[in-house]
Amino acid sequence: MSVTSSQSPESWISSFCSLIGHEYFAEVSEDFIEDDFNLTGLQSQVPMYKDALEMILDVEPSETGSSAISDEEEEEEDDGLLGEEQDEPGRRRTSHETRRHMRAGSDASVIESSAELLYGLIHARFITSRPGIQQMLEKYELGHFGHCPRVFCSGVKVLPVGRTDTPGQETVKLFCPGCLDVYTPPNSRFQAVDGAFFGTTFGCLFFMTFPDLDLSPRSLRHRTAEEDSSAITAQQNNSDTVVTASRSSSLTLPSAPGMPPTAQIYPTRKEEPIILPEQPATINGMATSNVAPGLGKGKIYEPRIYGFRVSERAKGGPRMRWLRSKPLDINEIDESRIWHAKYGGDPDGDPVAPVDETAGEGNGDGDGDGGGEDAVMASVTGQSQSQQTEGISVPAGQGQGQQGAAAATTVAGRRKAPMRRSKGRGRMGEGLDGGGVGGG
Amino acid sequence: MEEFASETDSDYTSYWRDWFVSSRGNEYFCEIDEEYLTDRFNLTGLNTEVHYYQHALDLVNDVFDLDCDDEMREAIEKSARHLYGLVHARYIVTTRGLAKMLDKYKKADFGKCPRVICDSHPLLPMGQSDIPHQKAVKMYCAKCEDIYNPKATRHATIDGAYFGSSFHNILFQVYPALIPEKSRARHMPRVFGFKVHVAAALARWQDGVRVEQQRGLREAGVENAAFLEDEGEVADEEDGFGQGGEQGGEDSREGGCRGRWGHGGGEGVKNVHES
Ligand SMILES: [Zn+2]
Ligand SMILES: [Zn+2]
Repeated sequence: MSVTSSQSPESWISSFCSLIGHEYFAEVSEDFIEDDFNLTGLQSQVPMYKDALEMILDVEPSETGSSAISDEEEEEEDDGLLGEEQDEPGRRRTSHETRRHMRAGSDASVIESSAELLYGLIHARFITSRPGIQQMLEKYELGHFGHCPRVFCSGVKVLPVGRTDTPGQETVKLFCPGCLDVYTPPNSRFQAVDGAFFGTTFGCLFFMTFPDLDLSPRSLRHRTAEEDSSAITAQQNNSDTVVTASRSSSLTLPSAPGMPPTAQIYPTRKEEPIILPEQPATINGMATSNVAPGLGKGKIYEPRIYGFRVSERAKGGPRMRWLRSKPLDINEIDESRIWHAKYGGDPDGDPVAPVDETAGEGNGDGDGDGGGEDAVMASVTGQSQSQQTEGISVPAGQGQGQQGAAAATTVAGRRKAPMRRSKGRGRMGEGLDGGGVGGG
Repeated sequence: MEEFASETDSDYTSYWRDWFVSSRGNEYFCEIDEEYLTDRFNLTGLNTEVHYYQHALDLVNDVFDLDCDDEMREAIEKSARHLYGLVHARYIVTTRGLAKMLDKYKKADFGKCPRVICDSHPLLPMGQSDIPHQKAVKMYCAKCEDIYNPKATRHATIDGAYFGSSFHNILFQVYPALIPEKSRARHMPRVFGFKVHVAAALARWQDGVRVEQQRGLREAGVENAAFLEDEGEVADEEDGFGQGGEQGGEDSREGGCRGRWGHGGGEGVKNVHES
């Protein structure tokens, strides 16, 4: 269902997506591109916009150099012929060669790069739309984006993201849901791909849209096999058949200089068994088991020298454990629950709960963390609630009853939630002007 | 004896080792001094670990002269590689071995950290176990203090025990000046400019862990407990990507979301990128 069938094999879009280094791209459907609404604001960002758009859609360029797909004014000028042609499917799909031929040579390369920019910007929007995110899900599940390089993430699959939405700033990165961190793609071919073509929103929206994805290492069967094979093939360069499994194989090495046998015995600290309170099934729409499964106890690298832990107080002692930490009791980060326990109200309650008001005041007063955080929370919870209250359907199999799951399909709902609060609205505007909001 | 600075002690004495360290896939290994290899004390216990031990050792030392069939030769060859790896783990924690590996580290021969925030910090090879045949080599980043899988598949099957679980930590004990400054910067997931609640909550919790750790270290009088960003000791700290000035709510501040409303917050998919 993913690969949009409407494109012929030689369409600009499919040939763009099949270029080396473009493996992360979804094929944006023509329907999506042809909906002007989806292109709002792009005209000013892309030089030779109309020609670029024609190129993407394999539309024959008009003689005047202006587009066949035109805005209203030009439509009038071009009238009859072009207008009719536009409705004629056969007119499209000029082959690239022909199309190039018809454009002046120097223009062609400019238009080509504009088309790539435009496609990228449309792509960033497309993959946050319902069909787009669905297509990316298929690519994700097929492992098209690779796996997290971090050892303790045990091969969780990653997702291409941008760290900015402005093109030309930074190349595409990979977001790992296991450790909530971003990585450089292993293959240098992706160092020519603009991160803005994936955008800052896609990564998280994806995992919120599909909150039930199995992120546990065990589910990654082929990876586990790989991990098993890291019970190594004894030697490097092994191109042979002879098994030289060492005679003493897994037995401990006899004592040797520089390698005392203690090196193998990692002393485990005796710990009191910890009895955890009941863990919630979900936190803000995320399955608890999917909240950074690569972090927390047992998933943090512990530096050792000859088997002994390097003390935090040593000069070169560990300083970064916090980065890979996660509370054993996940309730500790269920801030909405904590907040409501403290200030009353129901975390799963009515969307127009007094929370919003309070949050707004908190903001105004610079009332410390609590209020501020809740503004975010309120908006996010608000989204999921409006999703439920407004009865917007969640993709099949996504667990309708679940709180949260701010799916791409609920964008309408998402938009409404914050708008209910006039205060919040105003603040958002301020935020646009370079974030002068906060301080306090 | 030749100094370790020269890669080839001499063509005659280091034929096998030279070949070994320059083979594709063996980029992580340094060349073990002949001196070290010929001192039996350094090889204590390896005779029970390696098949055809004496032949393998002879091969490594270029004094192999056994007349045998190809199959046997191949088995010995394989043992020699295993032996070299096991000795390598011991050698690289010696003064000379550390210096050689340091040299490679400085040239980033072991690759660079894939974590974006680490900004291509060079890696070091390490083993999660000192027992052979347990775990493949991993790559340690001293900046984020985490371990990663090697990027290239040709390195993915190298035995981690050939580097061991201590070497990379010893290196920084011996050369403390090389310990990189640690950074508090982190990736903050966002949706339409909003920090995602669970991720943001976890980040705040982690920051609490960090602050707690830092306080403990200061109280204990540990010197280098500071992070890169600590300079001013401001209470309300910047914690962004180190990518300031971009759109998308990069104005993230700790201590609440007051400045967090990003671009297009609350807009629908279709026009969220406007502005
Ligand atoms: Zn990860
Ligand atoms: Zn790192």
